[in-house]
Amino acid sequence: MKIIEITKLSKNYGDFQAVKEISFFVEKGEIFGFLGPNGAGKTTTINMLTGLARPTSGEIIISGQDGVKDIKKVQRIIGIVPDESNLYDELSGFDNLVFCASLYGMGRSEREKRAWELLTRFGLDDAGKRPFKAYSKGMKRKLTIAAGIIHEPEILFLDEPTTGIDVKSARQIRELLKALNEQGTTIFLTTHYIEEAEWLCRRIGFIVDGNVIKVSHVDDLLREAQKENIIEFTIEKTSAVLKSSLLERFPGITIKKVSDHSVRIGSTEKIELMPFMKFFAANSIKISEARIIRPSLEEVFVKITGIEIEKLKAENEGKKKWKKL
Amino acid sequence: MEKTLAFWSILRKDIKTYYLKPPNISWGIIFPVSWTLMFFIRSGGAVDIKGILPGVMALSVLFGTTSMLAVTITFERKKRSFERLLLAPISLNLLMLAKTTGTIIFGVINGFIPVLFASFLIDLSGINWFFAFISVLLIAVTSTFLGLFVAVSVSEVFEAQTFSNFFRFPMIFLCGLFIPLDNLPVFLRPLSYLLPLTYGADLLKLAVSHRGSIPVWLNLLVLVTYGTGLFLISTYNIQKKWIY
Repeated sequence: MKIIEITKLSKNYGDFQAVKEISFFVEKGEIFGFLGPNGAGKTTTINMLTGLARPTSGEIIISGQDGVKDIKKVQRIIGIVPDESNLYDELSGFDNLVFCASLYGMGRSEREKRAWELLTRFGLDDAGKRPFKAYSKGMKRKLTIAAGIIHEPEILFLDEPTTGIDVKSARQIRELLKALNEQGTTIFLTTHYIEEAEWLCRRIGFIVDGNVIKVSHVDDLLREAQKENIIEFTIEKTSAVLKSSLLERFPGITIKKVSDHSVRIGSTEKIELMPFMKFFAANSIKISEARIIRPSLEEVFVKITGIEIEKLKAENEGKKKWKKL
Repeated sequence: MEKTLAFWSILRKDIKTYYLKPPNISWGIIFPVSWTLMFFIRSGGAVDIKGILPGVMALSVLFGTTSMLAVTITFERKKRSFERLLLAPISLNLLMLAKTTGTIIFGVINGFIPVLFASFLIDLSGINWFFAFISVLLIAVTSTFLGLFVAVSVSEVFEAQTFSNFFRFPMIFLCGLFIPLDNLPVFLRPLSYLLPLTYGADLLKLAVSHRGSIPVWLNLLVLVTYGTGLFLISTYNIQKKWIY
């Protein structure tokens, strides 16, 4: 059953078209991942779905209601966790949750009970009376997620929930999201972390330059990618000559230079290791490692979006801007 | 019921969170208090305290409300917590009324601080307190919505304070608070009549020292029109600028 249905949704900012007639749907009870590089249109799409941006054209149906005209009705059944922990610094964790609950019309005893329940569930009960500004980044993120589900929404929108927090907190958040989904909450997730999407999501939509270019089940994406056999060789030095010699000797393979010292050889057929070892030995190239690569969602992402993994990682860490290849 | 709950929660949260924020204390409390003391103490008996009381009260309201708005709106907008309110299932008009009510209350309290000081120095009998309260309330409403208009137009708290000063300080001299409108140069008078505080100050003068020069109905009409107009323009601007 479709709980979110988007048809030909577009958003223009002056002459710039941030989202270009995208159409896809999210099924009730699933975790749907929405992936793409920076500036691809992920946040603009979430903003349109949650009522923080007005679509230029197109249709949004959320739980049977018009997400453009009746956005205030829709906001009653959705929860939103923005990419920034935007609760109130001066209020305690408990007061923040109680305040957020009151915006959804929850009675006093109900909202206080729910706030403590969530603080306990998120491991924040000891910090419940501390001001939000005294929380660590991970704690802030957890409380922001708790605020997003205080009114028990049918659908939860999460924009980069684990960006910029420590590994332990990120893992806890993923576990919490999984548990939340198992209890019936539909989750719409955007993330830079491909492994997070692979672990959490049932289906994934890829957005690049404002276009949704593929929507598929994670299992199908992986199955498709794993049709190809890949071996990565770590050698002394790669070169253009090496590439042409390999192609000449082993027609039908694909070669990808990973770094100055490693090369990936791919084939739809099973790859025998020995002929390659002999080839490198005959050409006096020392091999320090040979390993089978099992394509993950990262490779799928690279293939679909054309974004190099290294650049994506650098982008995740905020070290440099991505460049489309 | 749900709307009332959301309204009170936002109002209570703003009072608890922002009344004692530094920009509020400096511009909204210390500045009007200093201003009041400067007039009342330094002037000694040379100045008719009752005569200048309406002006000082009006200024306290003006500085208090515009400073508070710069914090409650601009600060929250900057920290993105305002988005949380925009994403809640409450109408924009209700949200903005809740955000501005805390400021109006702050302005009214500020407006009576000079009265408190004056009560130690002069006899305040003869003041129409009911009318004075209504006047202060109307000035607070109008200047709150003026502050809202400014807060929606800028992105930083300091910008809001600076921008506010462009109209706050000229108002001191142009609204008949300390210099009667008839004593102003002829070419400045039309400008005075364009400023809402002129009408608020006139109402206050009538309540405190029975010396108003503009018909009461006109004062009320202009203040209500200004308040409504500024509120509608501000909510329209929020819809245009903040719901992208």
